[in-house]
Parts: sequence; C-alpha cells; structure tokens
Amino acid sequence: MAVMQATLPRRILSTPTAGPLAALILACAFFAFKSDQFLTGGNFSLIIQQVMVVGTLAIGQTLIILTAGIDLSNGAIMAFGGIVMTKLAVENGLPPLLAIAAGLAVCAAFGLANGLLVMKINLPPFIVTLGMLNVVFALTHIYSQDQTVTNLPPAMTFLGQTFRVGGTNVTYGSLLTILLFLLFAYLLSQTAWGRHVYALGNSPEVARLTGIRTRRLIVGVYTLAGLVYGIAALLLVSRTGVGDPQAGQTDNLDSITAVVLGGTSLFGGRGTVLGTLIGALIVGVFRNGLQLMGVPSIYQTLITGILVILAVTVDQLSRRRTR
Amino acid sequence: MTPVLQARGLVKRYGHVTALDGADFDLMPGEVLAVIGDNGAGKTSLIKALTGALQPDEGEILLDGKPVRFRDPLEARRQGIETVYQDLAVAASLDIATNMFLGREVRKRGPLGTVFRMLDKKRMREESARHMEDLKIGLRSLTQPVESLSGGQRQGVAVARAVAWASNVVVMDEPTAALGVKESGQVLDMIRRVRDRGTPVVLISHNMPHVFEIADRIHVQRLGRRVAQLKPADHNMAEVVAIMTGAMTVTDGKAVVADKGAAEAIGLS
Repeated sequence: MAVMQATLPRRILSTPTAGPLAALILACAFFAFKSDQFLTGGNFSLIIQQVMVVGTLAIGQTLIILTAGIDLSNGAIMAFGGIVMTKLAVENGLPPLLAIAAGLAVCAAFGLANGLLVMKINLPPFIVTLGMLNVVFALTHIYSQDQTVTNLPPAMTFLGQTFRVGGTNVTYGSLLTILLFLLFAYLLSQTAWGRHVYALGNSPEVARLTGIRTRRLIVGVYTLAGLVYGIAALLLVSRTGVGDPQAGQTDNLDSITAVVLGGTSLFGGRGTVLGTLIGALIVGVFRNGLQLMGVPSIYQTLITGILVILAVTVDQLSRRRTR
Repeated sequence: MTPVLQARGLVKRYGHVTALDGADFDLMPGEVLAVIGDNGAGKTSLIKALTGALQPDEGEILLDGKPVRFRDPLEARRQGIETVYQDLAVAASLDIATNMFLGREVRKRGPLGTVFRMLDKKRMREESARHMEDLKIGLRSLTQPVESLSGGQRQGVAVARAVAWASNVVVMDEPTAALGVKESGQVLDMIRRVRDRGTPVVLISHNMPHVFEIADRIHVQRLGRRVAQLKPADHNMAEVVAIMTGAMTVTDGKAVVADKGAAEAIGLS
C-alpha cells in the first residue's frame, strides 16, 4: 500500500506533549543542578503528593476543555464533596464506604447539572460554571456551618497511607492518581468515545452531522468530570485528614493552569490527558524546586503565571501556523 | 428504469414562507444530477428533505421505488444516502483515518474490543487507504491531522468518506465553493469516478461551468418547485440561467422566452 507512516521526527514534532515534556525535563535538570536534595525518590514522592489533588481535578478539566468548554466550579465541587463524605461519616455515623459513595454521587450530580445547563439552555460553560462555583461555595459553607470536620474514620484516610517502593514512601493516593491518568489517557486515545470528545471540541456541528449524539456526549463528559472531582475530594480528605470547607478555592484556576501547560488548547479538540499530568508536574516541580532553592513562594506564583502565558502563546502561534 | 431517489409533491412551510411548493425530484441510477436555482428557490430545503435534515409537511420520498421517511440525517445515512457538506465536513485536529470512520468506529475483535472498547486503528487505516486509493486521492500519511491538508485534499477526505459509506446516493452541497481552480478540478474528477463506480451523485452548485462540465442532467429549481429537467448538451449556459431566473420557460423540451424584458436584459432575444 502506497501510504507511508509519518517519519519519527515528524511524529515527535507533531506530538502536542513534546514541548511540555521537554520543559519538564529541563526544569528537573535545572533544579537537580541547583539543589542536591531535588533528585531523590523522597522528594519526587512529595511532588506527586503535592500535585495529586489538583492533578486529579485537572483530569476532569481536560475532558471539559477538550469539548471547548471550561469548568470554574471544580474546586468548589470538590470541597463540597469532601464535606459531604466526612460529615456523613463522622456526624451521621454512615459506614465510611457509603459516605464516600455519597460524596462521589453528589459531585457527579453537580457535574450533571453543569452539563445539562450547557446542553439544554446552550449557555457558555464559562458562565454556567461561574454560577455553579458560587452556588456550591455557598452550599459548602451553609452545610458545614463553617466548621472543619475532624476525627475521620481510618478507612477514609486510607489513601493518605504509604507503601514502600525501593526505599521511597509512596502514598496509595499518588498511585490512584497515576492510574486515573492512565485510564483517561486510554479512554481518550483508544476508544470511540474519546474520538467523539475530540470531534465535538473541533466542531459540534461536524460531530452532529457525522451521527455522533453530541448532546448526550456533552452531558456525559460533565458528569464524568464531576465524578472525577469526587475522587479528588477523597484524595484531599485522605491527604489532609479533615473535611475543610475552605479547601480548593484556587484549585479551579490551578487545574486550568495544569491543562494549559500540558499543551491542551483552550479552543477545544486538541490535547491529551498525559500532557495534563506533565503540566501538573511542571507546576509541582517549579514550586518544589524554587522552595528548595529558598525562593519566596510569591515568586513561585509569578513564574507559574509567566509559564501559563507562554504556553497559551505557543498554542496560539501553532494554531495560526496550521490554519 | 426506476429512479434511485424520487420525491413527489414535497411541501415545506415556515410560517408564511413556503420553501417547497410541491417539488418533484428524480435521480436516475448512475448519473450526476446537478441541482441549480437562484437563492431562495428551495434548493437547500429540497436537499435537506431528501437527506433527512428536515421533514416535509406534505409529499412523499421514494428510495428505489419504495416510500421512505427520514426523521433525522442518521436515518438517511442508514439507508445509504451520504451527504458532503460544504464546510462542515471534517474534524480538523483528527487524522484522516479517524475522520473516515467518525461515528462508525471499528473495534478490535475479542475481549479487547467488547470489554475494553479498544479501537482497531490498524484496520481503519487500511480500509481508509483503500478508499483513498479508489478515488486516487494521493496523501502522504493517513495519520496526519486533516488540518494539515489543503482545502482540496480536505474535501477529498469528506468525499471519500461519503463514497465509502454511500450504498445508494452521494449528495454534495457546493463541494467546490471554497476551492481554487486546480482543487475544484480534482473534486470534479472525483465526482466522475464516484459516478463511474455506479453511485449516483446529486450536486448542488452555483458554478455553471462546473455544472456543464460534469452533470448528466440538470434539475432547475424555482419558487419552491422543479421547473425543468435539462440535458446540458441541449442548452447553452445563458439559456439555463434564463430558465433559472424565470426569463425563459421550457415547453416541449425547447426554451421559450417568458419574460421579454428579462431575456433582453441578459442578451437572449
């Protein structure tokens, strides 16, 4: 057959995660040179623990951004889910697993609500989720009466416990986060559902005309994202050991940062969930490395901001080139 | 010979506006039928009714002589009627093979496909390559995203997809409107090849030279109805345009001046 495969260099160049990966490796090399504590198993385990909550939120965010949407409510949904699970278990005496399931269901329900509003009334996702952010934030504080939930049953913080891999302590939560990334990478790249998500992000009309049930797909994506936020809530609860109504207030923007740094286009239809993992790690590595170098934390924020603007600029320029 | 696709007395009203006013339509096996008409003549409504994108208020549609009813485009596609839309044809960031199979993906055999829903990308690539070769669309790689292709190649992918799945009819809505001269030529060649393989093509076009170059017959739509069915060989372009605009009418196969002023204005009498 006369059809050739793309050559290897071309494939690497056309891989959207190549740039972010190069940036991550460069950053690691730089910090390894600057601090001898950086390149240790313990430090990497710490970085992963630091990024796993935002990273998990960013998985849901990636799904939604791939459909050319955006979700400002994910951190708030996670905080509410965390309060629901911990309160049900501690104050209502529900078995921990049941309480966790209820928290996951509540988060999925908020995702469903976002999806229905976007699909049925055809509102811009930015506005829908901005409204939802405020609604859920308020509900969290009303329901928790601004009280932190403590004395959690051990089953609820299980994911915060560690096991040893070659002399390094790794939390079960880190493992779950990595598995989630792999699962969604598989779903997006190897299944028809994934292809349809990309097609929808390219153009809803094209997707519809090829026979994809776009309305059902949108609602499904937002609901699934909500469920993932529920898992992020569980990770957060097990990492901090409490149900905190103040949690996750900047995580919506941090998750968008991870997605964008990972090379996913805010215009939809382009990007990968493994890119998002790299994006989350870039943020984590910069924070951690600068901290090890003794740079004040406000400069970490400054540098993250510059990185985001750089990433979006690269995306915009590469789009212009292909048009 | 039974027409492949036929419509009788289609009516479609939008409030006070009548888009289709008893329109007929006949597509014969193995032909390229051009549908022409001024803006507002009901071309688009007619095509949408035939491809399931709108439901007529009255009239009937027959496929191979049997009455059919399409509630949405998907039902028409299931009956082997494929449509290529002018600029809504392909998903830009996805590769060619993925676009060919979009909405009709093939999964792997065995548990990998049934349990893990894994796509059979190799098979989809191979089949895409075969279809592209059939239509002589030369492409370097089927894994390159469609957005890296030229407009003509992109249209080629859309046409190849339609042809691959169309068992009865291919409908093309202004397939050359956005293309340059050379690329338009490639698309016209492709339409010929589709016809030569035995699939009839309905071509909606404003471009008279293209219509005359490729159509076996011309369906002229005016004021919501078919006012003439012509063979390009029997008429010149000016006459066809005159019929389309109502300056001439067709009686016993001959074009006759109907509106003297209008006919003179375009230099036809």
